[in-house]
Amino acid sequence: MIETSPTSTFLDANELVINMGPQHPSTHGVLRVILKLDGEKILGTECVIGYLHRGVEKIAENRTYMQFAPYVDRMDYVAAVSNGLGYCEAVEKLMAIEVPPRAKYVRTVLTELNRITSHLLWLGTHALDIGAITPLFYCFREREEILKIFENYCGARLTTHAFRIGGLQYETYNGFEEQVRAVCDTFPGRLDEYEMLLTNNRIWLERTKSVGILKADEAIDFGVTGPVLRASGVKWDIRKAMPYAAYEEMDFDIPTGENGDTYDRYLVRMEEMRQSLRIARQGVDRLPAGPIIGKVPKVIKPPVGEVYHSIEAPKGELGYYIVSDGSTQPYRVRVRPPSFVNLQALDRMVRGLLIADVVAVIGTIDIVLGEVDR
Amino acid sequence: MADEQKKEEGAGAPAAPAGGHANPAAPAAPAMEPWDSEVVQSLRKSFPGVDLEAFSFRGQNLIIVPRESILPVAHFFKSELKFDFLSDLTAADYPQKEKRFEVVYQLYSFKRNERVRLKVPVGETESLESVVPVWITADWMEREVYDMFGIHFDHHPNLKRILLPDEWQGFPLRKDYGILQQDVKWVQENLHIQSGQ
Amino acid sequence: MPFSFPPSIEPFVLPALYIVILVAVFPLIAGYIVLLERKVMADIQVRLGPMRVGPHGLLQPIADAVKLLIKEDIIPAKADRMVFWLAPVISVVTALVALSLVPFSKYFFVADTNVGLLFLLSITSVGILGIILGGWSSNSHYPLLGALRSTAQLVSYEVALGFALIGGLMVAGTLSMQQMVHAQLEQQMWFIFYQPVAFVIYFIAALAETNRTPFDMPEAESEIVAGYHTEYSGFRFALYFLAEYANMVVVSSIAVTLFLGGWLRPFPNVRLLDFLNYAPILAMFVLAFFVFLGASRERRPIDKMGLAGLGAVCALIGLLFLVPAVLDWVQGLFWFVLKVFLVLYTFIWIRFTVPRYRYDQLMRIGWRWLIPLAMANVIVTAIVMILF
Repeated sequence: MIETSPTSTFLDANELVINMGPQHPSTHGVLRVILKLDGEKILGTECVIGYLHRGVEKIAENRTYMQFAPYVDRMDYVAAVSNGLGYCEAVEKLMAIEVPPRAKYVRTVLTELNRITSHLLWLGTHALDIGAITPLFYCFREREEILKIFENYCGARLTTHAFRIGGLQYETYNGFEEQVRAVCDTFPGRLDEYEMLLTNNRIWLERTKSVGILKADEAIDFGVTGPVLRASGVKWDIRKAMPYAAYEEMDFDIPTGENGDTYDRYLVRMEEMRQSLRIARQGVDRLPAGPIIGKVPKVIKPPVGEVYHSIEAPKGELGYYIVSDGSTQPYRVRVRPPSFVNLQALDRMVRGLLIADVVAVIGTIDIVLGEVDR
Repeated sequence: MADEQKKEEGAGAPAAPAGGHANPAAPAAPAMEPWDSEVVQSLRKSFPGVDLEAFSFRGQNLIIVPRESILPVAHFFKSELKFDFLSDLTAADYPQKEKRFEVVYQLYSFKRNERVRLKVPVGETESLESVVPVWITADWMEREVYDMFGIHFDHHPNLKRILLPDEWQGFPLRKDYGILQQDVKWVQENLHIQSGQ
Repeated sequence: MPFSFPPSIEPFVLPALYIVILVAVFPLIAGYIVLLERKVMADIQVRLGPMRVGPHGLLQPIADAVKLLIKEDIIPAKADRMVFWLAPVISVVTALVALSLVPFSKYFFVADTNVGLLFLLSITSVGILGIILGGWSSNSHYPLLGALRSTAQLVSYEVALGFALIGGLMVAGTLSMQQMVHAQLEQQMWFIFYQPVAFVIYFIAALAETNRTPFDMPEAESEIVAGYHTEYSGFRFALYFLAEYANMVVVSSIAVTLFLGGWLRPFPNVRLLDFLNYAPILAMFVLAFFVFLGASRERRPIDKMGLAGLGAVCALIGLLFLVPAVLDWVQGLFWFVLKVFLVLYTFIWIRFTVPRYRYDQLMRIGWRWLIPLAMANVIVTAIVMILF
């Protein structure tokens, strides 16, 4: 670990300690990274986090199960639907509520669309960090189409609070299926467009290949999950390993990388978007009829006990550990945030690289500070 | 519906639940069933003198491990039982219990595709061994537990606050720390405002 | 002429007038290059760009300039005030001095010395000093890093740039900017066709010299915030901005003069294409037509009137060009400006298409590829010239 206070004599020829963030264009929020540099080479880093800490876990202990549900949307706010899904499923597991199939399917479709919006935001900002300005706008153009679906469905675009414990609050709107299909039809062409700009671009290759390498065993050791883990060659996706919602009935592949570098993570996420489209299309094609909410008591009062339930959020394993004491309020809610754990590997990934690589690696880990700090 | 819950909730005061998860008066609780499997057996065989309790609830398995033996047990889980992935490490506070805190480890095995939860009761003045030598990922998680509960981990490489400012007083996720409570002195000194609320 | 200056000052009158025009008008032109950049960027990124100030945002540069001028002038507490004050001045003065050697047309140039290009190169090198001093005097980490980066980058790419130019100079046989154009007229060939390699190297090195993507390391906003001018605000920042765009114009002008036939129209020796001489008139009328078309689509009356007025001005200028003497004077200027804008457009296009190189990669490209290639180009050119 390194000294945290930048010294006043920064012209000291040996080491330069600079402060990256919390106000910095490419730390994706209020992340502060203290870099110890030799010229431009990174000797060590230390992440200072917590600027966005809102005490979500404490709030949970003072709200009812239902009142807490909207709060989870504010953690990973670019993937609010996933957060909501994880929380609702955790409570359902605790209470052993059976969710009707239609609700499961709608949940799956929306969650996968949300995965795409999250990855689009990642792609745009990641490319921006590396200096390609234009993809950001293309990504936002497509993201808008998906956000419109969310808006039509539940009225909100970002912090959706789309699901309820036990199922859904709203039935799908007229034209839901068509709109999802339209996105599934146009989006692959747009993805090809991004790939045309980046995938074989020499500069992109030079900037991302062999940058921020994380080997498979290191990745497991550091507890990273999601695309970062898969890019290191570990074929593990909770959607397949421990299926939840309607994933068991869906047909999709898990893309993996080989080298665990920034380029592989880029490829994995690009492929994941295509797979998400597949899932979304299957979801709307097979959407069963039926009720949208299971047998939920009027007052949510789970029995004494505890569960840990995790889902594959766009950033990795999002886990909820809920302890119930039999009252209407959770006794303890712990959120296992993927960004927080993945960010821990930053130091390992950037040592010996240059400043320019730090922003590339922060981008490739795909953190959301709302989730890191909670 | 919301109104009913409001009534139940009271005035938003800090919840003061009676007895943690061991409260026997809960309605129709499916009790924790004892759990026995190959994992538990091999564990009991390797640690004969250690008092291990294994339960299962809603299909999720948990083992209660005494504080002193967490590091060898963690090693055993990682190297022998192939639980090579530490998903999560957290804690919970039960002020009524004899040992106030419970540190909770969520383990996962890629090979078995299986999860298991380890729980370690820790008293307020006690500390326990850090598992960073076993799983590097425990580094920040233990720091967070220290930050939020004040549980001390021995031989942790860099045990200091992570989410809250370094100088903050108090441990917010303890049950006796009210939701409106804060380190007023710190807020006044550093943010130059009377109160964060 | 009914009125003439005394012979002792007569040679200075016209250059002095041109200097005044350049200094007075160039900031405005730079502003409109920025507007062009933003509009092209918006077009590439499927959006509209500035649309609020004036019709189609045509008054945006003026609004920007006013904003920059009335902003609070902040000097960091621990900065070296003298140097902090001096640095942007050095940058902008050198950039504007460099403009004095640019042959805008047969008639419109401030000076034409026999060491023209050499002087241009040396004066732009001094401009780097402005960047280094600006970064250093801010007494802050990011500007310092930006300044270090730009020192290394600009110094190393200047070598490649110089060698690329030598290739062109060997064909031209002169250092005078005007003579270069005349040489291309006499040899009936733009030098880009004799020296394609030199042109490509020059273009790449010029991107690096002007800190444009993919070589915009000294001010990479996603890495080191804004590089050397992080601590600058208001008018001083505007000066750096001006210098940057002036430098862009200068390097584009050198490329146009040495490789793309300067102020010559395409195929100046082909009688058949003489109608191209009337292109300026046509261009003004086409411009007027489109502006009128745009005016008819505007909704707000003020926009309508503004655009219509602009169209009328364009048409009037076009009418003025019908006078042969005026047309002759404007002829060269028109082609020169057109070519410079094409080069600038390429700069902008590249900026919004490719990512940024990393610092070490940039150095590798400079030292391992561009400089050896440029040297080889010089040697091959020399051998070919001796043999034939």
